[in-house]
Amino acid sequence: MIKIDVDMNKCQHYGQCVFEAPEVFQLNADDKLEYQAQAPDEMLADLEAAADVCPMQAITITQA
Amino acid sequence: MTDAPLLIVGASMAGLRTAEGARRAGYAGPIEFLGAEAHAPYNRPPLSKELLQTEGHGHDEVAFPIRSALEQGVTWTLGRAAASLDISRRVVIDEAGDEHPYRALAIATGLRPKPLPVDGHALTGIHVLRTLDDAVGLRTSLRPGANVVILGSGFVGCEIAATAAKNGCAVSVVTQSAVPLERALGPELGGEVRRRHEAHGVRFFPRDGLFGLVGDPCVERVILSSGVMLECDVLVVAIGSDPNTEWLAGSGLDVSDGVLVDGGLRALTAEGAVVPDVFAVGDVARYPNPLFDGVARRVEHWNLPTETGKRAGQLIAAHLAGENCEPLAAAGFAPLPSFWSDQYDMHLLAFGMTYLADRRELVAGALDDECVVEYHRGDALVGVCGIGMRSLVQSYRSRFSVPTAAV
Ligand SMILES: Cc1cc2nc3c(=O)[nH]c(=O)nc-3n(C[C@H](O)[C@H](O)[C@H](O)COP(=O)(O)OP(=O)(O)OC[C@H]3O[C@@H](n4cnc5c(N)ncnc54)[C@H](O)[C@@H]3O)c2cc1C
Ligand code: SF4
Repeated sequence: MIKIDVDMNKCQHYGQCVFEAPEVFQLNADDKLEYQAQAPDEMLADLEAAADVCPMQAITITQA
Repeated sequence: MTDAPLLIVGASMAGLRTAEGARRAGYAGPIEFLGAEAHAPYNRPPLSKELLQTEGHGHDEVAFPIRSALEQGVTWTLGRAAASLDISRRVVIDEAGDEHPYRALAIATGLRPKPLPVDGHALTGIHVLRTLDDAVGLRTSLRPGANVVILGSGFVGCEIAATAAKNGCAVSVVTQSAVPLERALGPELGGEVRRRHEAHGVRFFPRDGLFGLVGDPCVERVILSSGVMLECDVLVVAIGSDPNTEWLAGSGLDVSDGVLVDGGLRALTAEGAVVPDVFAVGDVARYPNPLFDGVARRVEHWNLPTETGKRAGQLIAAHLAGENCEPLAAAGFAPLPSFWSDQYDMHLLAFGMTYLADRRELVAGALDDECVVEYHRGDALVGVCGIGMRSLVQSYRSRFSVPTAAV
């Protein structure tokens, strides 16, 4: 399992992560980020890509 | 030399992403970073924003995480600049005269701010902003009540102005253009950015420049080309950047404006020949992007170190595995530039190359609230920029595509 943490104090809701891993990250109707806190190991590359493109570097990915 | 490493010169974002990309594509051999700064790779955008505002914030707050793929087999030679490159012997020589042989070389030396355009280098109180050390040095000067003059109204100048105004400084922006961000965003959004700055007390001196400085040993006043004299405790020079390519002089590479590369990010000689084991990535690389046209450009946006690094990493791994790189290099590289800027409570997000536009159109919202502006060149959409309205701006990504004739 992969654990996903977004520091909501840093997140500015840009939605760049949504483009890399839409299964995990979404912008809701108010343009606010929503995300799942866990994802299967197969998604590692997509999740690292999402962490890479986050302008605020708010996303932390840990492999449990 | 088979055990020589993948050598990455410039230990910043583009270099880091290149190393990660090579590992992801199967390269398990040694990697060496040779970096002029003493710090491990860190993220620059906060340097003009949170870090400039928050006493005590340093490398820990902005460092990029080092992933497990780079825990083994990586040597970090930091605080040491490369001085020259010999492509026939495959070595980089550093400023101390030590040789660094390589099997593949990635050039990731980025940019540095253009210097003060007038005499006065010896005065104190004059700053530029590119590195963490620059930011920490500038931060201590941005005290409440300080007279801060910013030369230049691009993204970095505007962000410093916003942060300094928030810190309680008296801020003046001196700029050649009519409105801030004019070249990047055009007069409409630029005018709106100016209004928002003025609402926070920032004064603009448009179509003006720096004529001279007064003070000794610390700058006290600046004289503008228009004759205006401004009180000045802190002068920030933010008039653009130059590529760090001096160390490549005499190497035979085309470094007329950054390092010219092909679509596979492989360096080209001044005669136009591909150097198969030398790559350039990030802000220092000049490459064609078929999403817009065939013109090779340097593009200074934050997502491109990652895009170019990933791509170069892939080609480097293939090259070092002895594979034929031609098909990979020929498969087009057409990354969509994306940039953002935070000033006060205004969040700009843009895609594409807005500055190529000959026509702009407000398509949603209102400039003084949230809005989206499209940028067109002839019939083609070349960019989009929004204040807020994230979902709508994001929805434009799929509208940029390579014209079939260019593929
Ligand atoms: C203050 C600031 C704010 C920014 N804000 C934003 C923003 O909000 N949004 C956005 O989209 N973009 C922003 N950017 C742009 C973005 O940060 C850059 O595009 C990105 O940092 C480029 O990364 P790079 O790795 O290519 O180059 P750099 O980060 O410049 O790294 C190059 C490295 O190479 C080293 N080096 C240079 N010469 C040598 C040598 N001879 N030998 C060894 N090492 C050498 C340098 O010391 C440096 O560490 C900002 C940039 C700055 C400076
Ligand atoms: S990319 Fe980063 S800042 Fe943007 S929505 Fe995702 S987590 Fe938030």
